[in-house]
Amino acid sequence: MRPLPLFRPTSLSVTEVNRYLRQLLESDPILQDLWVQGELSNFSRPTSGHIYFTLKDSLAALRVVMWRSTAQTLRIALRDGMAVEVHGKISMYETGGQLQLYADEIRPAGEGQLYQEFLRLKARLEAEGLFDQARKRPIPGMPHRIGIVTSPTAAALQDILNTLRRRYPLAEVVLSPTPVQGDEAVPGVIAALERLNRLAKPDVILLARGGGSLEDLWAFNDEGVARAIAASQAPVITGIGHEIDFTIADFAADLRAPTPTAAAELATPDRQDLLSALLEKTNQLQRYYQVLLTTQRWQLNNQTGSLQRYSPTSQVNNYRQQLDESLRRSERALIQTFELNQTRLRGLQTRLISLSPQSILNRGYAMVLRQDDKSLVRSTRQVQVNDDLSVQLSDGVVDVKVTLNHPGAINGTV
Amino acid sequence: MAQSNPVEGLSYEQAFEELETIVNRLESNQLSLEDAMKLFERGHVLAQHCTRLLEQAELKIRQLTPADDAELENEG
Repeated sequence: MRPLPLFRPTSLSVTEVNRYLRQLLESDPILQDLWVQGELSNFSRPTSGHIYFTLKDSLAALRVVMWRSTAQTLRIALRDGMAVEVHGKISMYETGGQLQLYADEIRPAGEGQLYQEFLRLKARLEAEGLFDQARKRPIPGMPHRIGIVTSPTAAALQDILNTLRRRYPLAEVVLSPTPVQGDEAVPGVIAALERLNRLAKPDVILLARGGGSLEDLWAFNDEGVARAIAASQAPVITGIGHEIDFTIADFAADLRAPTPTAAAELATPDRQDLLSALLEKTNQLQRYYQVLLTTQRWQLNNQTGSLQRYSPTSQVNNYRQQLDESLRRSERALIQTFELNQTRLRGLQTRLISLSPQSILNRGYAMVLRQDDKSLVRSTRQVQVNDDLSVQLSDGVVDVKVTLNHPGAINGTV
Repeated sequence: MAQSNPVEGLSYEQAFEELETIVNRLESNQLSLEDAMKLFERGHVLAQHCTRLLEQAELKIRQLTPADDAELENEG
């Protein structure tokens, strides 16, 4: 922001003044974020879609503008004479020199009061520990029995039942009916929760109500309802109003869902997921079984191998081989012995032949026999002159008569 | 060993829980072949039962009435 010179008063253009005013207003944090209450008048909504009106009380008036983009999200119908509270920021419309409230939210007067009450109750219960995370009960993954606390005629109930049918038709649903708006709503919800816990013992409870005005949802900001939720034996999931609505019941619940349908979704597994999980389990089953079979088969093969190594059959085979070898060796020994003996026999035969009388005769010796008794003559004393002798030579016999006897003489030395 | 409860009587939750237990036991790999085969067969029957339940189930709905209170009081 350009500061105005202090000691050199000078005239400013209107544009400069208005711009300065605008900048001044926009630099004030209070003026940029405030609620203003008053009566709505001069309401207009031209084709541009922007909303213009004047907020006034008995003494003053303030121009209000709400741009189309924000105006489209308004949840109440505005009309002249309404008591409202408007939130926004104060600024300057430079062209017209007008001070305006640029609104971003409008609510019926009194809601602010309710909201303060809401905040006070919330703070008190929070301080008491009613909303502590440690108090929250776990939501069962596969609830067998689902309790529902809502109005039997509400669209919220149909939304929930359709969701449950689609996602988890295995569940058994017990509806504990209660009005969910009006004077009967608070005692009704408290009693319905208590009866449901006592009579049906559900695994989880859905406390639901469709969208509505703040007033419509007010029963769910009741302290008694919050305490009934906290006292419930079964965990409670709230699905109240729309995404943007937060109630005391939501804080007291074990789980808060943005809508009744979402509450049903949070309470249940999805059938498709369950089928996938089943398929996965079946596959695992198959896989581990295969692994086991393979392992067992491998171990079996190993054992069979060991068994074969130590089996009698192989022992017998061993022995058979050893026997075979022995046989071969003894056979060989036998043959050797035989051959040896044959050789020795031939030697003996040769020697025998060389020692035979014939071979002696062949060498020139002669054998002398007496003719009368065929006895062998070895000595001169066995013969006398005129004895008839036979002389056996190598190729025949000559008969001779002894003419001389010389005892002691050796042939050649006579 | 695997429970021999007839599978038909089991709720989905019970059957699926038992199936999970069986898969975990098979996974642990410390079973005799005979036990493993029994578990495997049981697991298969359980899985089929679960699938059948999921495909055939119809949401059962009942509404508490004042008579429920009276009934309970009579019983008690």
